[in-house]
Amino acid sequence: MNAMSPLPIAEAAGRAPSLEAIGMTKIFGPLVALDDVSLKVEAGSFHALLGENGAGKSTLVKSIMGFYAADKGRVLLDGREVVIKSPRDARANGIGMVYQQFTLVPCLTAAENLVISRADAPSVIDWTKEKKALNAFLETMPFKVPLDTQVSSLSAGEKQKLEILKLLYLDQRFMILDEPTSVLTPGEADEMLGLLGGMAARKEITVLMISHKFREVKAFCDSFTVLRRGKFTGAGDAKTATIAEMSQMMIGDTTIRERAKRLTQSEKPDVLELAGLFAEDNDGLPAIRAINLKIKAGEIVGIAGVSGNGQSALVEALAGQRKLSDGEIRIHGEAFHPNRSAFDRFKVFGLPEEPLKNATVPKMSVAENLAFRAFDKPPVASLGWWMSPGPMRRKAEDLIARYRIKTTSPDSPIETLSGGNVQRAVLARELSGDVDVLIVANPCFGLDFASVAEIRSQIMEQRNRGAAVLLVSEDLDEILELADRVAVMSGGTINYISPVEDTDRNIIGQHMAGH
Amino acid sequence: MDSSAIVTVLIAMLGGAIRVSTPFMFVALGETLTEKSGRINLGLEGNLVLGAMVAYAISFHTGSPWLGVLAAGVAGLILGALHGYICKLPKVNDIAVGIAFMSFGTGLAFFFGKPYIQPSAPRLESIPLGNWTGNPALAQALQVNPLFFVGIVLAVAMAWALRNTRWGLIVRMTGDSAASAKAMGVSVDLVRFLATAAGGFLAGIGGAFLSLYYPGSWNQGLSSGQGLMAVALVIFARWNPIRCIFAALLFGAAGAIGPALQSVGISQGYYFFNAAPYILTLFILIASASSKGAAREAPGELSITK
Repeated sequence: MNAMSPLPIAEAAGRAPSLEAIGMTKIFGPLVALDDVSLKVEAGSFHALLGENGAGKSTLVKSIMGFYAADKGRVLLDGREVVIKSPRDARANGIGMVYQQFTLVPCLTAAENLVISRADAPSVIDWTKEKKALNAFLETMPFKVPLDTQVSSLSAGEKQKLEILKLLYLDQRFMILDEPTSVLTPGEADEMLGLLGGMAARKEITVLMISHKFREVKAFCDSFTVLRRGKFTGAGDAKTATIAEMSQMMIGDTTIRERAKRLTQSEKPDVLELAGLFAEDNDGLPAIRAINLKIKAGEIVGIAGVSGNGQSALVEALAGQRKLSDGEIRIHGEAFHPNRSAFDRFKVFGLPEEPLKNATVPKMSVAENLAFRAFDKPPVASLGWWMSPGPMRRKAEDLIARYRIKTTSPDSPIETLSGGNVQRAVLARELSGDVDVLIVANPCFGLDFASVAEIRSQIMEQRNRGAAVLLVSEDLDEILELADRVAVMSGGTINYISPVEDTDRNIIGQHMAGH
Repeated sequence: MDSSAIVTVLIAMLGGAIRVSTPFMFVALGETLTEKSGRINLGLEGNLVLGAMVAYAISFHTGSPWLGVLAAGVAGLILGALHGYICKLPKVNDIAVGIAFMSFGTGLAFFFGKPYIQPSAPRLESIPLGNWTGNPALAQALQVNPLFFVGIVLAVAMAWALRNTRWGLIVRMTGDSAASAKAMGVSVDLVRFLATAAGGFLAGIGGAFLSLYYPGSWNQGLSSGQGLMAVALVIFARWNPIRCIFAALLFGAAGAIGPALQSVGISQGYYFFNAAPYILTLFILIASASSKGAAREAPGELSITK
């Protein structure tokens, strides 16, 4: 089919390809990222690829896409072997992928992005003709995107849809989606997966989706394959397999630390109070509006919402990284101006998202990073300015042992640690003292099951000890597990707040979508 | 100051805008193209001065000023291509390379230009557009060099091409998101190399205007930093070719204030008024930098905005 004149959807039925990867192996230096993995995706099926971070899912699909040259293995498309050496070859074979980092060009409009993605884009573009063709193409599609809007001003959901439309526009009928729902509301996610599932059922497309959300896999996928540490650990029918079976294949026999129990608290006083907070984003547009929230001692308030609805700005404002244009933060009834001395005085601690970027200096050593809270106080510093490395190192060794941070030495740069260990190091630094207020943002993003369990336990322990905890998370399950009360942020403000036992996923989802 | 003096000053500013703006226009357009592709070439001052010297020398030897203009463009092209080539080597910073090329270009021009300071070369003819007015001052102001029109046509063509051609979209794509460009199989380095070379070509032509039309001679103080100011104009014009034209005209008009006031007998603050364009640029840059739209229009891959 020529992309200039996309076929109506009815004619596209039955064109879904099947794909089989056999014995894929990929070795990076000492690391076997992919060890003899096979994967079979039937024509017109919706196949899930499951596994923890670092299990080799990305390596596998990138080998199929031609980003990496697999050391061993073959790819069969519709039963016949194809040689894919670059993403361009994949494209020529009708295999397309939606990445987690969007590949749309922000300064171009949706229409420009679609037209320029075509290999046969004309040298002089006749926009009247192209717009007509694009509109005709959109008519046949299950979802719409405004064509003349700059991609930078589209919402994450619209961008995701545009990425998928682009694959269809280029006639790529085998699509690989890398965690496509992480930026969508539960409602949007269900809608999109439902539509894709319908297209697959009509044999118009075949979908391979990387995911770690069992709920979506159970609801929308036909079959699944699981990887663990670069190895194939199982496959099956997604409709009949239980979540317990799938998670067993994903995490294996790792023992997971028992979650800390939620202790019931008697009525405690308010500790953290946000009174009418306003702040602007970098372009000077309102990022958060009229945020009012009170958090008691021994309470976790979870802030749910689709990313980009002001949660980052709120955390930045509380951490002193973003100026408030109006409003006041109060702790124990006193005004709190986020700076180093106030953090100390009010015992405010935080676990920002992407800790390597936001809470550490990557090239400084683990010991130095662990001392950020205490380097100017005794015993590390004398006279307020003379730093002695001895006590700093001893303190670091103690924390490394207590929090089981895996590092070759306290002197290695913190950037050499794995994601889970960086997060543990930040936890160690922030939670080893006396905590009154704890601000946490997406603490478990990209971590393996064992680390997730441990970090959530630590947060729960702080609550049980009487800290007021503000937990901002894009993972609704995390909020439902940890929070005492749920607040939903949409469009920069809190539009819903409820004790966790009086609400459910659907109600929260509707408010996340701004209703 | 009576009304005739005001008219004189205004006419002089109009003339100044037309005369002085052309080199700014060419350099700014060249820089816009380069920056749209995601690279900064701060060295266009070097292209401008080298272009001026080469144009003068070629015009002197061949007797054809238009051949000089072409040669100036080629000299600029070579400098731009060198910049583009060096910047695609790994871990090279385009700003540092640009500063080096500024010195390199001017140094080269001074070295080879020594013998051409004295002799007089044939200059570009202008088109008298104001004879019908019957006003000698206005007629003088409306003596327009063809390159002025070339610059305007070029700006319109560039603005059109950036929206309506495959190449235009590819340049903008490369400048805004190198990752996407790569994912589409576009060679980011090649696009930037070509855009830098083309930008250098335009800056060289701007130099030819300096030595062959206005001021119309070759000497070492010819440019006095106009190439650098033009690079700043691009930021002020927010990477839009049409706005580059207006920015250049405004700058030219401001530059004519000092001499114009002197011609009507106001000589107080002469040097202050001569500094008007620079003061103006400074204020405009501050005003436009704090504007909310500015950040969104900057190409995402530029090393200054990243």
